[in-house]
Amino acid sequence: MTPPAAPDLRVAGASIDASGWGWRHAGRRAWAVRDLDLRIDPGERVLLLGASGAGKSTLVHALAGVIGAAEEGEEQGRLLVNGSSPAAARGQVGLVMQDPDSQVILARVGDDVAFGCENLGVPREEIWRRVRDSLAMVGLDLPLGHPTSALSGGQKQRLALAGVLAMRPGLLLLDEPTANLDPAGVLEVRESVARVLEHTEATFVVIEHRVGVWQHLINRVIVLDPAGGVLADGRPGDVLPAEGDRLSASGVWVPGIAHDLPARRRAPQASDRLLGTQALAIARTRDAVVARDIELEVVEGAALAITGPNGAGKSTLALTLAGLLKPAAGRVLADPRLSGGAPAEPIRWKSRQLLTRIGTVFQDPEHQFVAGTVRAELSVGPLALGLPEPVISARVDTLLQRLRIDHLAEANPFTLSGGEKRRLSVGTVLATRPGVLVLDEPTFGQDFRTWREIVALLAELIDAGTAVVAVSHDAEFVAALADSEYRLAGSLDARPDRLVTL
Amino acid sequence: MTATATATPGNRGILRVNPVAKLAAALLLAGVLVLTIDWVSAAVALACELVLFFWAGMSFRIFVLRTLPVWLAAPAAGLTTLLYGQAAGAEYWQFGLIHITDGSVELAVATLLRVLAIGLPAVVLFVTVDPTDLADGLGQVVRLPARFVLGGLAALRLVGLLMEDWRALERARRARGIADRGVIRRLSGQAFALLVLSIRRGSKLATAMEARGFGGTTTRTWARPSDFGRREVALIGLGLFVGALAVAVSVATGSWNFVLG
Repeated sequence: MTPPAAPDLRVAGASIDASGWGWRHAGRRAWAVRDLDLRIDPGERVLLLGASGAGKSTLVHALAGVIGAAEEGEEQGRLLVNGSSPAAARGQVGLVMQDPDSQVILARVGDDVAFGCENLGVPREEIWRRVRDSLAMVGLDLPLGHPTSALSGGQKQRLALAGVLAMRPGLLLLDEPTANLDPAGVLEVRESVARVLEHTEATFVVIEHRVGVWQHLINRVIVLDPAGGVLADGRPGDVLPAEGDRLSASGVWVPGIAHDLPARRRAPQASDRLLGTQALAIARTRDAVVARDIELEVVEGAALAITGPNGAGKSTLALTLAGLLKPAAGRVLADPRLSGGAPAEPIRWKSRQLLTRIGTVFQDPEHQFVAGTVRAELSVGPLALGLPEPVISARVDTLLQRLRIDHLAEANPFTLSGGEKRRLSVGTVLATRPGVLVLDEPTFGQDFRTWREIVALLAELIDAGTAVVAVSHDAEFVAALADSEYRLAGSLDARPDRLVTL
Repeated sequence: MTATATATPGNRGILRVNPVAKLAAALLLAGVLVLTIDWVSAAVALACELVLFFWAGMSFRIFVLRTLPVWLAAPAAGLTTLLYGQAAGAEYWQFGLIHITDGSVELAVATLLRVLAIGLPAVVLFVTVDPTDLADGLGQVVRLPARFVLGGLAALRLVGLLMEDWRALERARRARGIADRGVIRRLSGQAFALLVLSIRRGSKLATAMEARGFGGTTTRTWARPSDFGRREVALIGLGLFVGALAVAVSVATGSWNFVLG
């Protein structure tokens, strides 16, 4: 099987026309998008920007014809793809979304790519030709029978891209395709898209709050206004410098804009140890040890970053330190200052004893939500501690304001935006004031505004004496906060893991 | 060569047969054997099956490993029947509700053989079924609606993520300070959270499928052919033959014992 040298993707680009278009999700008071007037010509390459909540995803989902039926929301004005309604243009539009896991449809790589073609009624011989072309195009050099469950995040996103390309769309839509990926995955996907764009005339629209990733692949920037309509529109060289400050303030990462980053003020006292390890080996499930002989310390008023490639066991180490996973060998030991009467090993603490000692913020905020409203969510920990009611409501009110989610106090946590969910998940942990704070990728997929808020909040906590352990791929985050870095090598036989003082 | 060949796993013995034919053969055999409760029919069917398994293309080790539950379940079912089955004829031992009689011994042997005769071929036929191939067969051969077949297939993939989610929820609830509660309250809360998580995952997957044109009005094509030829007819014929032979011998020896009669 040899992939053809020049895959044929010459499909005419689709045009986009919006006139007075708007959409309001069922049960919401505010319009997600309104009064949008826009024309995108065939073959244009557009970066779609806007503050969190400006309706970027809503627009892109509407263009892909998957925004839902009339009962799922209210529409105003007109939105056309190639002169017809997006629902009728389905198949001419390809959409790649943010979450790699929920876009894999079938168990084998080849079948997954073929899925869209089958639905469009493409003849069998043609399907397999397209499958091979599309996989070659995105650079996924894998057997067609390869299990999709064995793919990395970056590979899954490229698979989704291949599945979309096989449909030969005139309009290619990417909705934050790299937000859930580590830096290597981001590059992988960007390179794939660059190669695809060289071979297609399709119109291209990408949503992303890290401008730097796509800057060189686009020729037009459109900034949506949260109040409705378009805020700025034009060539990247004109829009980005002119709108840089405003974009930056609304959460977009604009390269070349100087940020005043939040910073730490106090240096840690090395003697104030709270937690340490002895010949620790970690494993997610028994027998599957990912790293061993780990020796590290968690110090009061200091931040430790855990870094390393995918699959090296960063999250496993964080969860083990947090008393949520049993060590495969060796021990995690809390100093008496932290354990305060509880046993020395955190894994032996009761769930309630963890609350004031070690707080954990999970990578996926949704995993840790257990209540029906934001207010109730923040009260869960303090209630479990049996704190008196006035104390609880005082703490909750302070956190609601501090995290800028006070207007959402009665909302269901699952309905919040990505940034709001992240802030709430940090808040739920802070409500019980733990001495050690463990965070797993706290800045993953966050826009610049949320990023800055999280870093500022953590800097403040560390300066006030909290010990922070953070798993992170984010070099800027590590540079802004960490006092030391524990690098996991990623393989048991490779060069040893090591602790670096920054 | 065609790309479809590389997309279909395995090519030996039973692996090559269309899953729909396997389903039909297993159902046929089971359908005949549940009509009667005598040991002769079950023994005849089992004898035929054990010979046929040699051609299944399955190694002895795999066969034993996969069918182990059936080998364990059969004696258990037999023993229960032996102790509690309908009493008839000479009684050998009695204790409370337990009677071991001529009748219960015969029933026990019949039950043991029947569980094996139905269970073993079902396992041999089904451990070799790939869900994707079964969906292809149900869609193309049986012509069930694609929406139903492929929706089910895609949902099946999410089942694998359930265990992972369950463990993550367990850790999260420990971290949130609410894992010390009573078992029932804790598990029911966690099960509800898992349900919420699964529904959200499911709706995301549905959107992804819709975005790839699923559920549209176009007539769907199938990338992988689901062939139904001589091999499939032969397998169903074998199932029919074994069933018919079992009935014939059972009736001829006068041991046929119709369940509803």
